[in-house]
Amino acid sequence: MGLDFSVVPGYLDALFLGALWTIAITLSAAVLSFFGGIGLAVIALYAPLVIRLPFRLFAWLFMGTPLLLQLFLIYFGLIEIGVDLPAFVAGVIGLGLHYAVYNSDIIQAGILAVDKGQHEGARTLGLSKVQTIRKIVVPQAVNTVLPPIGNNMIALLKDSALVSVIGVAELTLTSQLAISKTFRPFEFYLAAAAFYYVINLGLEFGLRRIERRIQISR
Amino acid sequence: MDFELILRVYPYFLEAALVTIQLSILSIALGLVCGGLGAAARLSRSSILRFIGAAYVSVIRGTPALIQLFILYFGGPQVGIQLDAFEAGVIGLGINIGAYMTETIRGAIIAVDKGQTEASRTLGMGRWQTMQKVILPQAARLMIRPLGVNINAQIKGTALVAAISVVELTYTAQRYIGSTYKPFEMFLLAGLIYMMLIYVTGLGISWLDRRAVIK
Repeated sequence: MGLDFSVVPGYLDALFLGALWTIAITLSAAVLSFFGGIGLAVIALYAPLVIRLPFRLFAWLFMGTPLLLQLFLIYFGLIEIGVDLPAFVAGVIGLGLHYAVYNSDIIQAGILAVDKGQHEGARTLGLSKVQTIRKIVVPQAVNTVLPPIGNNMIALLKDSALVSVIGVAELTLTSQLAISKTFRPFEFYLAAAAFYYVINLGLEFGLRRIERRIQISR
Repeated sequence: MDFELILRVYPYFLEAALVTIQLSILSIALGLVCGGLGAAARLSRSSILRFIGAAYVSVIRGTPALIQLFILYFGGPQVGIQLDAFEAGVIGLGINIGAYMTETIRGAIIAVDKGQTEASRTLGMGRWQTMQKVILPQAARLMIRPLGVNINAQIKGTALVAAISVVELTYTAQRYIGSTYKPFEMFLLAGLIYMMLIYVTGLGISWLDRRAVIK
């Protein structure tokens, strides 16, 4: 059959739109996974056992099973109990929760690494326990754990390709649609890979800048 | 929760789990080979090999594994590579995890104290001898844990090949969700099997790690 890349330019607009959706879903899920990770970490470290246990079960379940399976469960499974989410929302929730669990592990380590004296000092100064965690401990922990969380976000970008299977018209699904019209899988998947690579470079660049800024501010 | 259904379908899930295990073992073996070669290339004296190693890691880690599988399976025939879904799954996943393992192995080798290399070179050992007799035995211990993380990720990563219709655990779960409309039961069943696989692998890795400690 051979290769013929001349069919790709005709679909560039569609691919660009798909890339925008990929970026949108990645950023939304990244924000969810970041704050979700902080929430889960605080619960895992400070909440009473009754609250902690179900969350630990949840984390264990999400870490031990493939993301693809989780996406199926959230998109097709929740319909059974009457929650019919749009594919985009299901994708963001699935990706976001999956990576929240991973981020929570990193943030827990970061919180434990914050000097104990900080906690004691803040309490001595009259801050409540919640205030201490929210204003003193978590901000310092987040600074130290930013690089590994950045790595998770890069992984998240690539895993966002999985939401194509539940029908979100992002980069992967867009290239599949182009393939179904042109029967040229190699060319279009390669084009999609190139798009992902460029987005990835951009994300890495952005993360490095954020890291540097935080390092300066310390 | 329909336990009767779970009891009825679980043999099919176990059968599918065998395919997942085969996929995991074969792709991890291929990944280790790719990782070893990649690390050798990245640490080599030849700048061409170093570039090839760096490009391999950057391109594979910079693009989604799903797209890589699609290029191999759907795009392969266009350039004369005809693979069935299982073969494409093993090769695609192996090449993919190989890029991550390249960095793991390279990291472990670099982590061995530089004085070790200097000392053995001073003692008159060749470059290869130093690597083989002094550096690698120490690096091997350092890489067991991080390679374990790669392996753990790969077991879950095999779920991707459901998208190229390999009948493994996730594909089976998906099919039964379609035919029974019981997504939670099917998810739980498949999830438990995945967790068992990961748990057992984790035990094996800890065992290796404990054995590798220098006494």
